[in-house]
Amino acid sequence: MNEDQVEALAEAAADRVEFDGFAAAREGEGYVLATEEGSETLVHESDLGEAAADYADYVTNWYFWHAGAPQAEDRWAFLRWLEDAGERPVPDRYDALAGDGVTTAWGQLRVTVTADADGRRRYALRHEDDAGAADAEVTDYDDPLDAREIAKHDDYDRYRPLKTAPTLRTGWRFPDLRPAALVRAVDFLYPASVANWHRERAGELDVSHWRETVERQSGIYGVVETWDRQEGYEHVNWVAEACCVDSQCLKRREWEYDAETDLDVDGGDGEFPCREPCSLVIAAARQWTKLEGEQPRTYEFELTPSEKEQVEDIIDAVAEGRTGDVREGDVYDGANRYRARFLRAKRFDDEGTLCGVPTDPDGDDDE
Amino acid sequence: MEALVIVAHGSHLNSESSTPTFAHADTIRATGAFDEVREGFWKEEPPFREVLRTVESDEVYVVPLFISEGYFTEQVIPRELRLAEWDPAQWDSDGTSATHTTLTPTDVDKRVHYCGPVGTHDAMSDVVVQRAESVTGDPDVGEGFGLAVVGHGTERNENSAKAIEYHAERIAAMDRFDEVRPLFMDEDPEVDDVTDYFESEDVVVVPLFIADGYHTQEDIPEDMGLTDDYRTGWETPAEVDGHRIWYSGAVGTEPLMADVVLERAADAGADVEAAIDRVRAETTGADVAGH
Repeated sequence: MNEDQVEALAEAAADRVEFDGFAAAREGEGYVLATEEGSETLVHESDLGEAAADYADYVTNWYFWHAGAPQAEDRWAFLRWLEDAGERPVPDRYDALAGDGVTTAWGQLRVTVTADADGRRRYALRHEDDAGAADAEVTDYDDPLDAREIAKHDDYDRYRPLKTAPTLRTGWRFPDLRPAALVRAVDFLYPASVANWHRERAGELDVSHWRETVERQSGIYGVVETWDRQEGYEHVNWVAEACCVDSQCLKRREWEYDAETDLDVDGGDGEFPCREPCSLVIAAARQWTKLEGEQPRTYEFELTPSEKEQVEDIIDAVAEGRTGDVREGDVYDGANRYRARFLRAKRFDDEGTLCGVPTDPDGDDDE
Repeated sequence: MEALVIVAHGSHLNSESSTPTFAHADTIRATGAFDEVREGFWKEEPPFREVLRTVESDEVYVVPLFISEGYFTEQVIPRELRLAEWDPAQWDSDGTSATHTTLTPTDVDKRVHYCGPVGTHDAMSDVVVQRAESVTGDPDVGEGFGLAVVGHGTERNENSAKAIEYHAERIAAMDRFDEVRPLFMDEDPEVDDVTDYFESEDVVVVPLFIADGYHTQEDIPEDMGLTDDYRTGWETPAEVDGHRIWYSGAVGTEPLMADVVLERAADAGADVEAAIDRVRAETTGADVAGH
């Protein structure tokens, strides 16, 4: 605790301070300091500094949240949540903040907050998979703007158009961020996640369901609205299962088919909400709208039982993004490259057509 | 508090699409002219729909990093930002003269100064010239040179060509280059025939695009005959039909673009004159101390 903090307390106590189980108020020539644990001290104004020292954690805590932390409601609430401030009493919280810190997960992020003797918070931000990584294994950053580059590509250097895909790169760390910088870094890694999380907590999340979102589209995306033909919402279940489950996106889907009709697919367990179908979902839905305009046909293919299962294995491997994990020598996996090449060599004709069966047997259009 | 929000297209496929947006935002951040600077995207995050809630400020200048006035600036961006009272008439534009208007979004308690796109601001002409200087490495480039300003064309929007013609006319009026012509990808005069339109041996070609991508790095270089295969690259300058073509890549990557963003905000009332001076000096290599 420092002199500025005592001075600020003296000034604020004139209008009474009451915060996180601590109260300070002007009384006559002095002040009353009290905590929810029952401690109460009446001091003359000249002794405020000395008395406040007995309540140092409470005083620096009050000071930080009023003069150190960003005051915008959502950012303030997020930082409070990171150290469980609403729930955890100051003495217990300060024990943790002074030691290893308080660690919280946010998507794939791991945020550790610590505090010094003046209650100044410092935040360490890293990938959850780097929790146990040695210093030499991670690259340190101090400018939150660098978070944009970190968020751009995954560990395989593939572009990440969806920032909340569970593919955040590893191997980096922001070891020592101030409160406002922490929030900025988080907002670059998971844009708008804090703002929407806060709105949800306040009961004010402005969800736009599938129907209203597709009705709003224009230009090349206007066509998606025609996919809804008032014949149920099974197609939207498929979209949500394809794009929005936890294995694909860390946001918790809060949008449904419409305000009255929930989808059957689980929205996920993410900490922060998804308030409307995103641009990737809409772009994919545009393609599905076109493809789903086709009528099914009956094709006859000749496959062995193992070949049928292999087709299923391949689709499953692509859908789960595990093709890169299938080992070159693992010929027991249907999605193995040699196995797939063998199937192609045996079952495709020279035009690359499965079993020589034309896609459009009646027309001359070999789509 | 005052924020600048730069809104741009972004991409699901091309990781470089957002690079100029971030770069110009950072240039402006460094001036401290705004309390906050944030980027928002159509195809990336934060999306237009949510970018306003990521800033704390109650006064927000929104500048579209788009080339022309039309579908995106008049329909998509205002709708997605929830500027319910928006009407294109508020810009009172002939297609290249948009200014700004002040509106209240329906989802956040802020005042939004919605500005015209960077592409139709007069200062954009200076960026095209600066681009010509950058690619030739000659701060006095002009004499003996032709300049082609290349645009997409009219595919969906006639204003797309207007913006290109507007800057070509303005630069021609500077009397700096021997010849200045607008060229297009989708309509005549076509960029494919660039050498037919110039007598000058040296021709600088500046595409009026925000980011480098398919059009500026694949289509246009191949169409002009700079290379048979964009993947093998091309020379600068490249010899084509007896001309030397100095192809600059997207104008939007020129650092001076940050100045146009600031000019847009200044026109809408932001107090950023000092930042404009600083950015101009930094991004054109002018000597600050000497003035």
